[in-house]
Amino acid sequence: MSKLPSSDTLAATIDYHPPRKSWMQVQPEFRPGTWSYPANPKNLKIMDFPNPREWSPTDDDWKLPENWQEIIYEGFKDRLKKYRSLKVFMDICVRCGACADKCHYFIGSGDPKNMPVLRAELLRSIYRKDFTTVGKILCSLSGSRSLTEDVIKEWFLYFYQCSECRRCSLFCPYGIDTAEVTMMGRELLNLLGLNINWVMEPVANCFRVGNHLGIPPHTFKEIVDFMCEDIEEVSGVKVEPPLNKKGAEILFVTPSGDYFADPGTYTFMGYLMLFHELGLDYTMSTYASEGGNFGLFTSAEAMKRLNAKIYAEAKRLGVKWILGGECGHMWRVINQYMDTMNGPADFLEVPRNPLTGTVFNNARATKMVHITEFTDDLIQHGILNFDPSRNDDLVVTYHDSCNPSRAMGLFEEPRNVIKSVCNHFYEMPIQTIREQTFCCGSGSGLNNEEFMEMRMRGGMPRANAVKHVHDTYGVNMLSCICAIDRAAFPPLMEYWVPEVDVCGVHELVANALVMRGEKERELNLRSEPLPGKEG
Amino acid sequence: MNALYSLIIVLALVVIPLLGAGAAGWHTLFGIAVPYIAFVVFVLGFIYRVVDWGRSAVPFRITTTAGQQESHAWIKSSKLDNPSTTWGVVLRMILEVLLFRSLFRNTRVQLKDGPKLSYGSAKWLWLGALAFHASFFIILIRHMRFFTEPVPLPFQWLDKLDSILQVGVPVLYLTEVAILAALLYLFLRRVIDPKMRYISLASDYFPLFLIFGIVISGVLMRYFIRTDIIAVKEMTMGLVTLNPTIPENIGVIFYVHLFLVSALLVYFPWSKLMHLGGVFLSPTRNLANNSRMQRHINPWNYPVKVHTYEEWEDHYRDAMKEAGIPVEKE
Repeated sequence: MSKLPSSDTLAATIDYHPPRKSWMQVQPEFRPGTWSYPANPKNLKIMDFPNPREWSPTDDDWKLPENWQEIIYEGFKDRLKKYRSLKVFMDICVRCGACADKCHYFIGSGDPKNMPVLRAELLRSIYRKDFTTVGKILCSLSGSRSLTEDVIKEWFLYFYQCSECRRCSLFCPYGIDTAEVTMMGRELLNLLGLNINWVMEPVANCFRVGNHLGIPPHTFKEIVDFMCEDIEEVSGVKVEPPLNKKGAEILFVTPSGDYFADPGTYTFMGYLMLFHELGLDYTMSTYASEGGNFGLFTSAEAMKRLNAKIYAEAKRLGVKWILGGECGHMWRVINQYMDTMNGPADFLEVPRNPLTGTVFNNARATKMVHITEFTDDLIQHGILNFDPSRNDDLVVTYHDSCNPSRAMGLFEEPRNVIKSVCNHFYEMPIQTIREQTFCCGSGSGLNNEEFMEMRMRGGMPRANAVKHVHDTYGVNMLSCICAIDRAAFPPLMEYWVPEVDVCGVHELVANALVMRGEKERELNLRSEPLPGKEG
Repeated sequence: MNALYSLIIVLALVVIPLLGAGAAGWHTLFGIAVPYIAFVVFVLGFIYRVVDWGRSAVPFRITTTAGQQESHAWIKSSKLDNPSTTWGVVLRMILEVLLFRSLFRNTRVQLKDGPKLSYGSAKWLWLGALAFHASFFIILIRHMRFFTEPVPLPFQWLDKLDSILQVGVPVLYLTEVAILAALLYLFLRRVIDPKMRYISLASDYFPLFLIFGIVISGVLMRYFIRTDIIAVKEMTMGLVTLNPTIPENIGVIFYVHLFLVSALLVYFPWSKLMHLGGVFLSPTRNLANNSRMQRHINPWNYPVKVHTYEEWEDHYRDAMKEAGIPVEKE
């Protein structure tokens, strides 16, 4: 890992003036901190992916298959048929530049190839050459170029410097979505065996073991038992979360990040406490023990292979519907892909909250409900008792995760929940929240150590907005509904706004939740004294 | 350089009719053959491109949601920015196509010391783009008076409206001023903003110069180099009634105008100008965000290799039993 410069030094390097040379003449540069390690061949073998081998982006020879140009040509052609989005997005960009300064990686790095328009041009220039008559005849005059190994290297660098957050697509007058372009770019790269380990290891783990982190069933149970002990210590209430329970009403699926590391674990404890208090008839699964889906960052096929477990397990256990935890890209998959890929889920029932009778009509086909939709419903019906003063030491702001924002539109539900359990809540500036929200800088499989410099750069717009509310209102807690956020924000905050901590929404819920049979609470879920109990 | 190449090509496109229709006097070629060929290429090309897009599948509903989803009764959903119904989509598309709603959101980032980022409003691009497209559209409709006899009332009204200021002889059209100003703005931002200059291709400057040439030749014809308008109308009516004639007294400037328009028609279907058709087919805008409510079918969905529960349990059965986790097979 490269040494990370101080935040001031880093900020001073940002220059939005592009170089004089045309972008086609600028070679990709693999500087430490700006690229992720390639996939370990064993992970490719688990997934039956092509060309498993040891290689490094800094090598001259990337050990591509002999007919790599043909593979890319055929792969591109195939995808142009399969995705109208790709074909239309290749054809209609007018390079108006509206997207240019919307990307967090561009804002934080000034690298012009991080302007969404140029990121797409990396692919478009090849498309023009190979698939349009005008491009073939006019060559560089029409913005086309030949496919060389350097182009492939450039793709690898920049398609793994995009977190597929879709902020640019919001501002594009034609809705051109760079996430879609990056996804196609990564699919093509995958055909040559060019992938990053931080994506492929979770994919392989999820496929083989059941979750990204490769936690086997018995360890999963141990972790849950530990958490139950912590819950009992804090609240005096003994919770017993069911695993693989047949005939339960609800299957609960959450990202494995929630039961792996702080502060996600506190969110996970929050879910368990909430479900216990409700007496919910639910189960978790050790087979479908992952809500997230790094397949989304690999290929449509990988995404489908991983996602299939959730419905399969729901069917095996005979549940009525599925509840999903706090996760960002997981909800893009559920909202925009799951039913299409692996449905119809006709063996499930339209989700109905057993405590309020509310029917979740907006999930009537996919049969999967977001935990904040569920909790907001409980709160509206007055089912839960809260003591928000237990969160009084916290001045909270809320980060809208990219995917639930721009691929779903989940804005009010989490806010309703937070406002019911916290007394001090402040929004960040409007250009940085809701549909205009900024990525954490580490999405789409880029939250690895070796990519740290780009993560700090890409996270700068988000951190800067947090700093604004920290300075203005004294905000000291950044809440979010995404497991990657909970993993990525602590180092980001440490770097840019060290006074701000990170939590999930259901950690706040459980802190404020007054449970039946609980002892007088002295500690929050982090085993720190509650406000007024510091003595 | 890209701008220069484009300018040279457009200048060449001006010289061709000057020589061909002017010096050489090939009026039939430039007055009849070229416009007919151009029109046919445009129509067939446009249809081909749209049909070609249409042949590609739409596997998933990848709507960009720009507002609150349809949710509980107590949550107001954003029917326009996050449509869950076809009507919502239609409305969203209308606003997108006619008013450039997404572009209206535009902001401009500024990085100050601190570091401190701010996001200022940046509506000039929206205004420039709207002024250009609206003017172009009105000018196009206004030209229908050359292709209809008698000229229907709406076209006459539009003409009156466009010249409402009653300045000059012949009266000045507002859209002429607007489109020239907009073209100038769209060109200048490409060369002045370093980011824009960096991303601009020859194919970005070329249509700007070409349309500039069309407008300039039109303006010249109307105000400075007088053309026999009766003769022009006779000729355009001849074209539209498939009974082409070449009247006397048509100045070469008209042939320049006509040739540049023909060039635009031929260029259009094979260029980025196809955003006119493509905007309607953009899956992030023209689909409802309802794939959790209604099943969307992917025409090429195929079975994939999964790790089944049975295979998985075989691997972990002993450990699971030891941990007290229920298993299928004892």
